This record gives sequence, structure tokens and C-alpha cells, in this order.
Amino acid sequence: MAGKFEHPEPTAHWETSGYWEGAARGELVLQRCLDCGRVQHRPRAICAHCLSGAIEHFAASGRGRVYTFTVTHQNQMPAFRQACPYVLAYVELEEGPRIMTHIVGCDPEEVEIEQDVVVDFAPCANGLAVPRFRPA
Amino acid sequence: MTLSGSIAVAGICEHPTRWAPEKSESQIMAESARGALADCGLEIGDVDGLFAAGIAMGPMGVVGLAEYLDMKPRYLDGTNIGGSSFVAHVAHAAAAIHAGLCEVALILYGSTAASNAMAIGTGLGGGRDPVASFVSPYGMTTVGSYALVAQRHMHQYGTTSEQLAQVAVGMRRHAALNPEAKMRKPISVEDVLESRMISSPLHLLDCCIISDGGGAVVVTSAERARDLAKAPVLLRGCGEAVAHQETGSPDLLTMAARQSGQNALQMAGVRQGDIDFCTIYDSFTITVVLTLENLGFCKPGEGGAFVEGGRIEIGGDLPVNPDGGGLSSNHPGMRGIFLVIEAVRQLRGEAGDRQVSDARLGLVHGTGGTLGTMHSGATLVLEKA
Repeated sequence: MAGKFEHPEPTAHWETSGYWEGAARGELVLQRCLDCGRVQHRPRAICAHCLSGAIEHFAASGRGRVYTFTVTHQNQMPAFRQACPYVLAYVELEEGPRIMTHIVGCDPEEVEIEQDVVVDFAPCANGLAVPRFRPA
Repeated sequence: MTLSGSIAVAGICEHPTRWAPEKSESQIMAESARGALADCGLEIGDVDGLFAAGIAMGPMGVVGLAEYLDMKPRYLDGTNIGGSSFVAHVAHAAAAIHAGLCEVALILYGSTAASNAMAIGTGLGGGRDPVASFVSPYGMTTVGSYALVAQRHMHQYGTTSEQLAQVAVGMRRHAALNPEAKMRKPISVEDVLESRMISSPLHLLDCCIISDGGGAVVVTSAERARDLAKAPVLLRGCGEAVAHQETGSPDLLTMAARQSGQNALQMAGVRQGDIDFCTIYDSFTITVVLTLENLGFCKPGEGGAFVEGGRIEIGGDLPVNPDGGGLSSNHPGMRGIFLVIEAVRQLRGEAGDRQVSDARLGLVHGTGGTLGTMHSGATLVLEKA
């Protein structure tokens, strides 16, 4: 686990708790439809492909590649003003989905598209954790 | 009779203000309504369809607006799909008029985004609901979301910051010809590249401005429009679409514009090469480059080269936003209504120093929401009658 999470904390409800509670355990959790086999993210109560309600959660490998990123130099929200510059990114997971995240653990200017990254969880005061990624 | 060609934009008004701390948003809408009705020679009592959307308007927004104007229309549409809403409202009004559900539609927008010090680009954080939880912990700004798209476009196609800057430079040249534009001092590619980085690769001058403002559009049947004060501008085609994160694997470079543009052109029975000019929602420089690709004016990846050499400037092959757009003329939060208004001014030949010569067929495309996460698209093809 990396440093404590200083930004707005996630809120889990029954449709998304599998993801956030998984993160609290140190697992990056995705959903798979038991009927059609599709993997989906963000979590939903149904499979958006076949509308089945038979959904399972599984732990992804936590490995992926940077699909795109931006170094944020200006954010006027108080929670982020001091954090600039920080790296907002989409990481393409080995399992397919591209998830919005932060790239941490390196100089923001060294992040590159296609770079290999691995998940890293930042614990929150509310007991959940936020998945971020660092260079592999 | 088919919808295409049977409906017209009869009246328009762009509120001249760019800074109105002394005005309410309803007041800006009402003053714009007065202007658009005077433009076509109708009165408020002739209006039987009311269309509006706004940042501050809740679910009862259109009802509250009807009260402010003391109107009792027989058709209401408060569709809010972001800044493209007003482009969509033209299509919705056309459908309602064509179906006989109303005859004279009034579309309104007003905002004091600038005098309220609304940090549209870098201050909105997404809130705390369960869906926002996948975004808000990461500090995604509006600029940041578009920046994710710009960075991917550069990586995939070799698009350069200089090419993106050409869009800002061109819009500023247009604004210099528009006496009402907020930013009229010419800028160079170097000025854009040397302006401070907001969210890489987007600099300050890659971003639209924030202003106050508003506007109004009157839509009616082509038949009724023929008897009104100004030459009608006919609606030839329209389309709508959405793009979002799907189930986790969005192609960030495919916009809603691909579908809405294709449908609008097909309905109009015209091709990209027939279009004389465009008004395109230019929230950021990348938005114009990517929208031109998705509308089919060039191939995917060729947008950067397409905007070079003055092609999208007045006098070029495809002038875009002759008024200076959101990058330089005005951007009161949701800009779609001005895309319609400027297209109509151009087709009427009322655009003064910034008039595109021989403007007969114009394409309007509004994007609402944010590229990179979720957005809507609405396209119109408008023709000089």
C-alpha cells in the first residue's frame, strides 16, 4: 500500500460495493456475466450486454498499460489544488477494461502511453481504498 | 411532406452581453426572446412551444421559465444533454411542429457563468454519488477529460500541439472580425504554446473562454416562415447520438458526432463536400480537430493536418465558427445555441465583416458533456431557402 488517500473518498452502495470492498482487501475487482461471459466495468446490477442479473465478481491481475494520461496543472477544487501536478489516466487492464485512475510513484513528466503499470491501493479513512497505478 | 425542408429557423437573437452581473439568467433569456421575436416579426403570444436548458435549471426549469415569461405553451421540452441541448432542441421543435403539436417554437438560453465566477473547466468535481465515485477521487476536470483525448490522439496519429494551436489562432482571427466577440486581440501559435499548461497537452489558449450571455431561436414551419420578416433558413437534416465509457473499453477518439453527423447528412441528402461552412462546439482545440474527423470532413487521424494552412478560416475550404466560437467570442457555460444563431446569420448573409461568401449550406454540430468520459452530439444541416 502506498500513502494515505487525501482526496474525495469514494462512496459505495450495493451496486458498487463489490468493487470498493475488493479494493479495501487489496484486490482490483471486475464483474463477469455468468450467462454471456462478458467482463464489464463500471459495476452494475445487470450485464449491460445481455441484461442478465447473474453477475460474479473476480479479482483482476492488477496489471495494465497506460492508455492515455494528462498531467493536471490546475484544479481549483480545494482537495486537489495542493496535489498539482498529478497524473490522471486511463489504464487498459490485461482483462480489457480501461479504468480512470492516477499514476503515482514516479515523476509526472516521465509517464508515457503504453507504459506498463501495476495497481497500488491508497487506503481511505472510511475503510475503503482507491486503486491507483505505478510503473511496473 | 417529409421533415427535411419543411421546417425553418425564422428568428434569432444573440444577446450582446459578455458580462452581466446585474442581470438574472431568466432576464437574459427574456431579453433574447424579445430580440428573436422582433427579428422575425412575431409576438410572444404567437409562441406555443417552449424549449430551454441551463446549468442552473432543475427538473422544473422550463416550467419556471414559462412562469417568468407568463406563457402557457402547449408544448414543453426541457431536454438537457449538455451544451448541445439547443442544437437538439431545433430538431425536437421540428419534429413537434411537423407532427402538429405546436407551430411556433421558442428556444432559449441564458447564463451568468462568468460573473458567477463559475470554474467550468477546472472546478467541477463530479460529486459523491456512487457513479461519481469512479471519477471524483481522481480529480478529473473538464479540461483534464478532453486532455486525455488529446494525448491519445497525439500518440496514435502524431498530432502536434502546433496543429491544435492553429484552431485557437484561427478562431481568434475570426473574433477580430466580430465586434461583439470577447477576445479580439490576435494570437500566434507561439502564444498558444507559451500560455500556461492547464492539463497536458492543453494550454490555457487551447481552452474556451468563460463569459456571460444568452440567445434565442424561433423555429416554425417553412410555410409560415415565408410570411415572416426574414428569409427562412431551412432545416434539411438532423441527428443525435451519445458516446460514453460503454462497459469499460471506450474508443476515446470516436465521438457521438460520427453517428449524428452521418444521420443528418443522409437526411439532408448531401455530402461533406457540399457543405460551405460549419459551426462546431469548440470547447477546446482538440474538440474541433476530432469533430471534423468524426463528421467525415477528413479521415480519422488527419484532423491535425486538416486544420493547418487556414483551411478552417474564412476564405479557406471549410470555414469553422466565423464568429470566433467559444475559444474567442463567448462561452456562457453551454454554447450550443450560438452554433445555430451564427449558422443562420451566415446563411442569411447578415454576418458583416465575417461573412462567408456564397454560404448556402451550413453544418452545425454541438457536443454536450465531456469527450473522454461521456457526451452527447447533435447535428443539423441548414440551408438558405
